Order: sequence, then structure tokens, then C-alpha cells
Amino acid sequence: MRNRVLINRVAGCGLVLFLAGCALKPSQQATLYDRLGGNEGVTAIVDNLLYELAGNEKLIGFFEETDINRFRTKLIEQLCEVSDGPCRYSGDSMAKAHSNMTLNRSHFDSLVNDLIAAMDANDTPVAAQNDLLARLVPMYDEVMHPQKYLSDADQY
Amino acid sequence: MFKAVFILLALSCAASVGIAQEASKILGTSALQQIEGAGGGGIVPWATIGGYGSEGEWGGAASAGGVQVSDLVLDAGGVLIGWNNRVEVSFMQQTLQVNELSSGPFDAVIQQHIYGAKVRAFGHLIYEPWPQISVGVQQKLNLNPNIPIDVLGADSDRGTDIYVSASKLWLHALAERNLLLNVTARYTNANQNGLLGFGNGDGSDYRWVAEASAGVFLNHHWAIGGEYRQQPDRLASVDESPWWDAFVAWFPSKRIAVVAAYVDLGTVALWDEQRGGYVSIQITN
Ligand code: HEM
Repeated sequence: MRNRVLINRVAGCGLVLFLAGCALKPSQQATLYDRLGGNEGVTAIVDNLLYELAGNEKLIGFFEETDINRFRTKLIEQLCEVSDGPCRYSGDSMAKAHSNMTLNRSHFDSLVNDLIAAMDANDTPVAAQNDLLARLVPMYDEVMHPQKYLSDADQY
Repeated sequence: MFKAVFILLALSCAASVGIAQEASKILGTSALQQIEGAGGGGIVPWATIGGYGSEGEWGGAASAGGVQVSDLVLDAGGVLIGWNNRVEVSFMQQTLQVNELSSGPFDAVIQQHIYGAKVRAFGHLIYEPWPQISVGVQQKLNLNPNIPIDVLGADSDRGTDIYVSASKLWLHALAERNLLLNVTARYTNANQNGLLGFGNGDGSDYRWVAEASAGVFLNHHWAIGGEYRQQPDRLASVDESPWWDAFVAWFPSKRIAVVAAYVDLGTVALWDEQRGGYVSIQITN
């Protein structure tokens, strides 16, 4: 009898904890990487972005000499790392990568539009889109004014 | 009739700007043409340069809309052009009428023209850590000054507002949504926007007033928010209270925007508790 009560209590507590765990776990522990769809999702987003860029008259010229396979691989790595995924970005610093172009804000805006379109095409939820953009925007200054950073950090 | 022609003209202006060039700003960041013609929200001018023109690009907007409160109707139509995300010039025509059921000495139409200019001083709405700061001017000309001056005792039929605005869009800021905040300080002597003239006959004139807007983008296309606008309250004959609004804005594409709001204008001339609706449709580029 006593055992039965105990068992019930333990089971009850277990159930409560289990349910609570279910309720909390995904939102607390899912990384942005997961919410972007993991490796599959990030890869799809980057491929969609390349597709958008291919049709972007304003930007396509910048990529004329680019090794697109390298760009694709490095960007996938970078988005993975930035979104707390299990990757290490192995590409050039943002300053070095963009040091040979003269970019203005309309180019930056245009790229953001393409990235948003790429995420939309992959049904990335708005919250995850905003989170990713918020993590990329701090790189703005280094992308736009690479010379400022290269003189300081030529070791890269 | 004039109004229809005017709006057509305005829309074709915006359309021709549109044909000229593709504009790159992010959807929604064109902001709207506020009630006095500047790029902003519904009643507050923001630091944003109107339209979708980014650096090196042209942008533009044409809007037609109006406010309907208990005893008053205000129609507003105008155009703005933005260049280089740096400079904005605007024009707005406002027409104030008293609702048919109300009567008295205000059984008339008051029309006003507002010419605006704004320059972005520094900062960027999204990309830079500090807010975008702009300085603007609005030259207002009241075309029917009899009531404001002769009846209400206003000092003048024209005035020049000067304002400084700071705007910032914080990404992923509130419930994982993008949050826009704007504050504006305005140096003005415009009674009810200038519709009731400028200053008071006894010389009581320009003063600083505070304005603010907050909005959240629920997704790419929908934003909700609210605004506050202090008024100079210069007329000795009638009271003037701050304006408030709560708005919903819809940006189905970069070509069109629609905003609807609940507005509370408080006391306007002889009428208090002036609450009602605001709707504006805008063509943008
Ligand atoms: C925050 C914004 C940006 C991020 C995070 C970013 C990221 C990257 C990455 C990871 C690479 C590869 C670097 C490597 O090969 O090691 C890259 C290269 C490149 N990016 Fe960006 N980028 C940004 C903005 C832009 C903008 C606005 C443009 C304008 C068109 C642009 C154009 C390019 C080009 C053309 C390359 C290839 C350079 C080459 O051929 O070596 N990027 N970017």
C-alpha cells in the first residue's frame, strides 16, 4: 500500500518533470543552427543565396573572379559557426575577404535582401531570420571598411 | 476634383521615380509619409529618408490618406523624394473640415501646404551601433488663415518647424522581432500642425516639443506600434493636447504600403475628445 503511494508519487513527479522538460527543452536548448535547419538548412540557405546573387545585376559583377565553390563552403561554415553550430570557420577574415571591392550601403542592403529571400525560400521562421541577421550585422563595419581592420590585423 | 488630379499627379511622380531605378533598402524601412509629408510614421517624422533609395539611389513615395475624428475630417495627400539615403524633400497638402453635423463659425475649410526637407546627419537605421540622426525643416503655409487669426487669435498664417530625429531598428530585439524606436525634438509654433495658424497674437511663439514612436515588425510585411506627439499649446483662446496613435502598417511589397491607426487628438479648437481613425495608402519606390 505504502509502496504503491510512493510509486505513484515518483511516477507523478516523473511525469511532471518529463512534461516540464518537454516544454522547456526545445526552446531553451535548440541553437539557432537547429532552427535554421541544421547542416541541411544552412546549406539550402546558402544555395538559395547563390541563386539570388546569380540574378542580382547590382552584385553579380563582384563575383566575376570568385571561386564559387570556395565561397559556398566558407559561407556555410561561417553561418554554421555564427549560429552556434558544430563548425569552425576556416576562411579569410571579413576584412581580407572584402578588401578588393569598393562596397557601398546599397550593395550591403542588396545582399541582405537576397539573404532574406534565400531564407524565405527555405521557410526559415522570421524569428530565426532576425536572429541570424542580428548576428551578421556587427560584421558590417569590417566588410565595408576593410582597410581599417587590415592595418591592425595583418597577421591574418 | 483638384484633389483627384493632385493625387494622380503625385502617384505618377512616384511611378516615374520608380521606373528610373531599382531601390535597395529592406522592405518596410522606407517608413511612411507622415501627416506632414516627411518620411516617418503616421504623425511623427523619423530620421529615415523616405522611399527605398539606398546609397547612390533615388527613392520616392506618394500618399493619400486622412484622419476622421468625432467632429473633424482631415485629408492629406503628398509626395516625397529621397536621394542617396541622405536627403529628402517632400510636399503635403492638408484639408481640414468640420463634420457636417457640427456647426458654428468653423463651418469652413482650412487648407495647408507643407514643404519639407530632411538631411541624414549620420548613423544608419540598422547597420551601425548608434542610431540614425537626421535634421529636418517643414515650411507651413495656411491658405485659409481667417479663422485661425481673426477668430482664434493666432499670430500668423505661416511658420517653419525645425526638428531633429533619432531612429534605430534593433534586430531580434523584442520577442525575437525587429523593434523600431524613434524620438524627435521639434521647435515649432504651429497650432494643431499649423491648421489653426501659428503662435498666439500676444507674441507667445516657438517652443520645443517632444515626439516618439515605437513599432515592431511582426514579420516582413506587418508592423504594429504607437506614437506620441506633444503640441505647443500656444493659443490663448483654445486648448491643445498631445496627439496619440496606435497603428498597423502593411507592406505587401516595395511598391505599396497601407497604414491604419486609431488616433486620439484630444482637444482640437472647440471640440474635445477627438478620437477616431487614420488611413493612408502609399505608393513607394
Ligand atoms: C555581413 C555581411 C557579409 C558576410 C558575413 C560575408 C561573408 C563572406 C564570406 C564568408 C566570404 C568567403 C571568404 C573566403 O573565401 O575566405 C565572402 C566572400 C565574398 N563576399 Fe562577402 N560577406 C558579406 C558581405 C558582402 C557584400 C555586401 C558583398 C557585396 C557584393 C560581398 C561580396 C563578396 C565577394 C565578391 C566575395 C568573394 C571574394 C573573392 O572572390 O575572394 N560580401 N563573404
